[in-house]
Parts: sequence; structure tokens; C-alpha cells
Amino acid sequence: MKIGLKTISALACTLCVSVAVGGSAYAGPDDSSLIIEGQNIATDVKAPEGSAFDQLYSGWRFRATETQSLQEDDFENPAFVAVDQAIEEFHNVDGSAGKSCADCHSDVSDFKDVRASLPRWNAKTNKPETLENIINECRTERMGAKAWKWESTQMLGMTALVGLQSRGSAVNVQTDGPMAEWFERGKKLYYTRVGQLDMSCAHCHENNFGTMIRADHLSQGQVNGFPVYRLKWQGLGSIHRRFKGCMDNIRAKPYKRGSDEFIALELYVASRGAGLSVETPSVRN
Amino acid sequence: MKSGKYLAAALLLASISSVGLSGVAYGETTAPDAVKFVDDEVSKSLTGAAGNVESGRKVFANRKQGNCLACHANKDLASQPFHGEVGPPLDGVADRYEAAALRAILVNSKIALNEDTIMPSFYRLKNGVRTADKFVGKTVLSAEQVEDVLAYLQTLKDE
Ligand code: HEC
Ligand code: HEC
Repeated sequence: MKIGLKTISALACTLCVSVAVGGSAYAGPDDSSLIIEGQNIATDVKAPEGSAFDQLYSGWRFRATETQSLQEDDFENPAFVAVDQAIEEFHNVDGSAGKSCADCHSDVSDFKDVRASLPRWNAKTNKPETLENIINECRTERMGAKAWKWESTQMLGMTALVGLQSRGSAVNVQTDGPMAEWFERGKKLYYTRVGQLDMSCAHCHENNFGTMIRADHLSQGQVNGFPVYRLKWQGLGSIHRRFKGCMDNIRAKPYKRGSDEFIALELYVASRGAGLSVETPSVRN
Repeated sequence: MKSGKYLAAALLLASISSVGLSGVAYGETTAPDAVKFVDDEVSKSLTGAAGNVESGRKVFANRKQGNCLACHANKDLASQPFHGEVGPPLDGVADRYEAAALRAILVNSKIALNEDTIMPSFYRLKNGVRTADKFVGKTVLSAEQVEDVLAYLQTLKDE
């Protein structure tokens, strides 16, 4: 059954104090809470030790009420068109082995919690793998089918469908062991000034989240809701597309989707959201 | 080194010809790398001339040029939607800073404001790594645009 429960304001406004003292127009995250299909989605959690933040907030908390409400009801959520198509694709036979996803994974709900811990270490390739990598590995290795393009309709739909199975689970990525090196690499990218406008991710998403940058309300740049349906894109987009967009905006040359740099950055940014609920597929403006 | 000399000569030529093209008949444009900071201020006009207030007001608001409104509110431009709040409002900024200090902030915010600032440096070549090809070797604003914005900022007084 699909029921959209309306937002209930439950949490105290942790930033009201600073607004009062500073007297500025600073509008931090709002105090709405997100419930989808009766399930509580943690859109803010206390930051883990060593975090750059005190409190972690999902990007949902920085969006306008109208955008927020689209994500509160799966019937309203425009991403579900793609999710439904992916359910069909899941049963679609493709490739030389004559198999569909469903031949190996009887139920898509078997993927519960997978999304929450991505990217994860792949001992075979000796590097971290993202959901796109995992899906393409199934296609090429086990189905004998062609890899999907990173930003293709099929890939976006399938990452949304598989990600949805983890909705509500707490983000928890491995950052130690073999991942440590990749984490450090991602961290370095996060804090490096890039482009003619000379900014790092941290300038906008760490130092200035909660403030308006022209018409945009800056969030912490979390990735717990990806792939997201963006009204501006009129469709779903991957994490790497978002990274590219931010780099384009600061007049930097983006890395390629699926590049080691973006995988490292994805790992690092995911780790900054540890404890937030997976919201896939989320809705943004 | 030889190539260095050629580069310098090329830059000089480029800056001279850009002055010629933009129709400024007098003065000499200072190349980005040649701007002199004294006590974090830049006292000499980058074009050798005073800027134009009206053009500066446009550059200030234009999203592809100064886009200052992205981060700074400014009552004088209340007619424009969406003023950012990343930086302080610029109402009355001319009461707080002399021209030489404002010019320095525009040219290189990392020297004039602070090393870690989010504010772009509008007349400097050495910016972030991986600058997109079409912006390589270019400043965000031209010398003339910087002087125009400066002229405009000087009109922002509180009284
Ligand atoms: C000039 C400011 C700026 C910089 C620098 C910047 N971003 Fe963004 N970013 C934005 C804006 C504006 C948005 C849309 C509103 C929001 O969610 O913050 C956004 C959105 C995002 C989102 C989507 C968040 C969501 O919940 O939908 C992610 C992820 C992100 N940015 C990551 C990054 C990374 C990684 C970098 C560095 C490579 C970066 N950003 C650099 C301005 C910036
Ligand atoms: C991406 C954000 C951003 C943009 C774009 C930006 N600024 Fe700033 N600006 C800041 C911040 C932030 C400060 C305060 C210093 C700091 O915290 O680093 C500042 C400070 C200033 C100051 C000093 C103000 C005071 O009262 O101390 C002036 C003047 C200024 N900016 C002018 C401009 C002009 C003119 C433009 C456009 C040509 C511009 N800025 C574009 C972020 C920005």
C-alpha cells in the first residue's frame, strides 16, 4: 500500500539560537521530519566522532516544502516511473548467457542494505566498487551482456530500484583497511580548490551549508539520496553527474563518471553522511 | 629562460591589444601577474583610468560576470531576485573601505580578505587546479570590468 504521510515537525530547531544572535537571514536546515510509507527516515543524526559537522543533515532538509513533499509519497515521487521500468528490466533476458537479473536474484528485496555500504571493497578488481560497477559486473561477467553507460536510463533506473531496497537503512561505508587509501584520496579531492572560481567542495558544503547562494539553498552535499530525481534535469541523475555539475559551476574540468577520482570522492562524501538514512530515490529541485 | 621571455612578451602584447580593442584610449592595463599589493591594497587603477559606475552595476549582477549577488545582498539591486548570504551584505561598503582596499579585494581576495575565503579572485591567473579549458589563462573579470565594479562599489554608501 502506498500512503504518503505528511511531515510532522518534531525536532527542535537546533540553529535558531545562532539566527537570533547573528540576526542574519541565515536559514539552516528546516525542522521537518521525513516519513515515507510509514517508515521513519533519519534526515539528521549526530555527527560521528572526527566529523567536520556537529549534526549531519540530508539534503532533503534544505529543500522547499513543495519539493520535499514530492519525496514523501511514492505516488508523487517522479523517480518511481524509472523504478517501475527497472522492475521490468530486472526480468528482462539479455546477453549471451540468456539470463535476466531475476534468474540469479529471485527477489529484488534480497538487496536490502546493499546501497547503505557503498562504495565497498572489491578484492577481485582490487579497488572500491560503486553500485554502477556491481550492476555492470553482473551484466558483463554473468549475463554476457553489454555494460550499461553510467548515466543511461537503464543504469539510473536499476540503481534507483536496487538503492530503494535500502531505504531507511543507515549509511555505513568502510573507510579502513584497503579503503583507507581511497578515503584519503577522496578527502584530498574534497578539500582541493579547483577551477577558475577557485573553490573546494568544503567551501560550499562544509563552511556554508544552510546559506543561500543566489537562488540555491546550500546543503551539506550528502549522497544518501542518490540517484536523485532533479526537477531541473527532468529525470534521474547519478552521484557522479552531481559532482560534475558542481565542478562545472566553479569552472573546473570535471573528472569522468566512473573515474577513480570520482569513486574516491564518492566514498569520502558517503562517509561524511554515516548514520543518515538511505533515501533513494530522493527528489531535488 | 627563453620561453619565459616569449611568454611575458606575448602577455604584454595581449594586454596592450586588449586595451586597444576595448577602446580605452589612454593609460596602460596592468597584467594580472603585475598587480602591486602594498599593505594588502592596490592603489593604482588597473586600466590607468576610472571605471564606469553603470557598467559596474551590471557586471556586479550578471551571473556570467561578477555574479556578486550570488553571495552578497545589496539593497541597491533590490529589483534583482535572489541575493545570496554567503558573504556580508555590501550596503554601505564604501564607508568601510577605501578604493585601494576594495580594488585589492576584487583582484585577489586571498591576499586582501583571507587565505581560506570562498570569494573568487577576479583578476588573477593562478586559481584552482583543473581549470576548465575555456577559462585557462583568463581572469574572471577584465581589468576594465574590475575598475567598473570598483566605481560602482564606491557608490554604496549608507547615508
Ligand atoms: C559554489 C558552490 C558549490 C561548490 C564549490 C560545490 N557545490 Fe555541490 N552543490 C552546490 C549547490 C548550490 C547544490 C544544490 C543545493 C544543495 O543541495 O546544496 C549542490 C549540491 C550538491 C550535492 C547534492 C546534494 C543533495 O542532497 O541532493 C552533492 C552530492 C554535492 N553538491 C557535492 C559536491 C562536491 C563533492 C563538490 C566538490 C567537487 C561540490 N559539491 C562543490 C554548490 C556547490
Ligand atoms: C562565492 C561567494 C562570493 C562571491 C561570488 C563574491 N564574494 Fe565578496 N565576499 C565573500 C565572503 C564570504 C566575504 C567575507 C570574507 C570571508 O569570510 O572570507 C566577502 C567579502 C567581500 C567584501 C568585504 C566586505 C566587508 O564588509 O568586509 C567585499 C567588498 C566584497 N566581498 C565584494 C565582492 C564583489 C564586488 C563581488 C563580485 C565581483 C564579490 N564580492 C563576489 C564571498 C563572495
